[in-house]
Amino acid sequence: MVDRIVVGAHYGLRDWLAQRITAAVMVVYTLFMAGCLLKATAGYAAWKEVFAGQGVKTFTLLFLLCLFYHAWIGMRDIAMDYLKPTAVRLSFHVLVILALMVYTIWSVQILWGV
Amino acid sequence: MKFRVYRYNPDVDAKPYMKEYDLDIDPGNKMLLDALVMLKELDDSLSVRKSCREGVCGSDAMNINGRNGLACITPLASLKEPVELRPLPGLPVIRDLVVDMTQFFKQYHSIKPYLINNDPPPETERLQSPAQREHLNGLYECILCGCCTTACPSFWWNPDKFVGPSGLLQAYRFIADSRDQATSERLDDLEDPYRLFRCHTIMNCVDVCPKELNPTEAIGHIKDLMTKRLA
Repeated sequence: MVDRIVVGAHYGLRDWLAQRITAAVMVVYTLFMAGCLLKATAGYAAWKEVFAGQGVKTFTLLFLLCLFYHAWIGMRDIAMDYLKPTAVRLSFHVLVILALMVYTIWSVQILWGV
Repeated sequence: MKFRVYRYNPDVDAKPYMKEYDLDIDPGNKMLLDALVMLKELDDSLSVRKSCREGVCGSDAMNINGRNGLACITPLASLKEPVELRPLPGLPVIRDLVVDMTQFFKQYHSIKPYLINNDPPPETERLQSPAQREHLNGLYECILCGCCTTACPSFWWNPDKFVGPSGLLQAYRFIADSRDQATSERLDDLEDPYRLFRCHTIMNCVDVCPKELNPTEAIGHIKDLMTKRLA
């Protein structure tokens, strides 16, 4: 087996930054949603009204994409620490990526379906 | 005082076990190392590393009641009985409390722990202003005892790929040095997903450092410099 030389894969900083930037977007969205809740938006009709505009749909999709990217980095980090056999780690990576892609498609369907 | 000490001699023992000792010692102003020296007189099969016996050499780092520290500067009076002594976690045990630190020093050497300066040496020293020298405080004091690195789960899981808090503190010690000219190369060397970025800022290193240094802060400074370099 050929051991990987770790120095040279220069995406450490990129992923670390991405995790922080996506987290910031999620905080802003969470505050926005908390604001909607405080405005006593009750009932299906009121929520449908909030999500009717393209702005809220887009912001929600941005939030979800940030969440999925954030989750990908986190899940990969877990695999880097705990899943050592190549076959197990590769399968886990593929499953996570496929799941997150399905979630993305599903999110679009839900957001633009209502 | 009661002690429970991790014992393992790979030539004789099938697996490690804990041995209990009852030592007639008045804690007074004594340090844990004093007790260990007495234990060794009672039972000369016990293996321990020690040298300077005053917290400067870092030889007697061990896990004391679940926490890494130096036996020579840990007051006996501060310890709850039975005092449980184990080798530093995450490194192979050579015998009893003596661990094989090869992996630790491999990581240390990987960060090139020396000044890189290609200018011809001046007639006297390479001078620093007091302000430049100030940057090295809190970094140069590291004695490489290994308490922080072996308390770090990221090092336990990836000892061959993650530099560890001690090595990263040393890396920053040379990055922060005004006389060093290899800052960019040093940052390049740490920019992959393992060597620096396995640190998830849980700060076990800061918690255990017997010299009260702050590797997490040094790691933060390295990340800062990398980010600023993007612009």
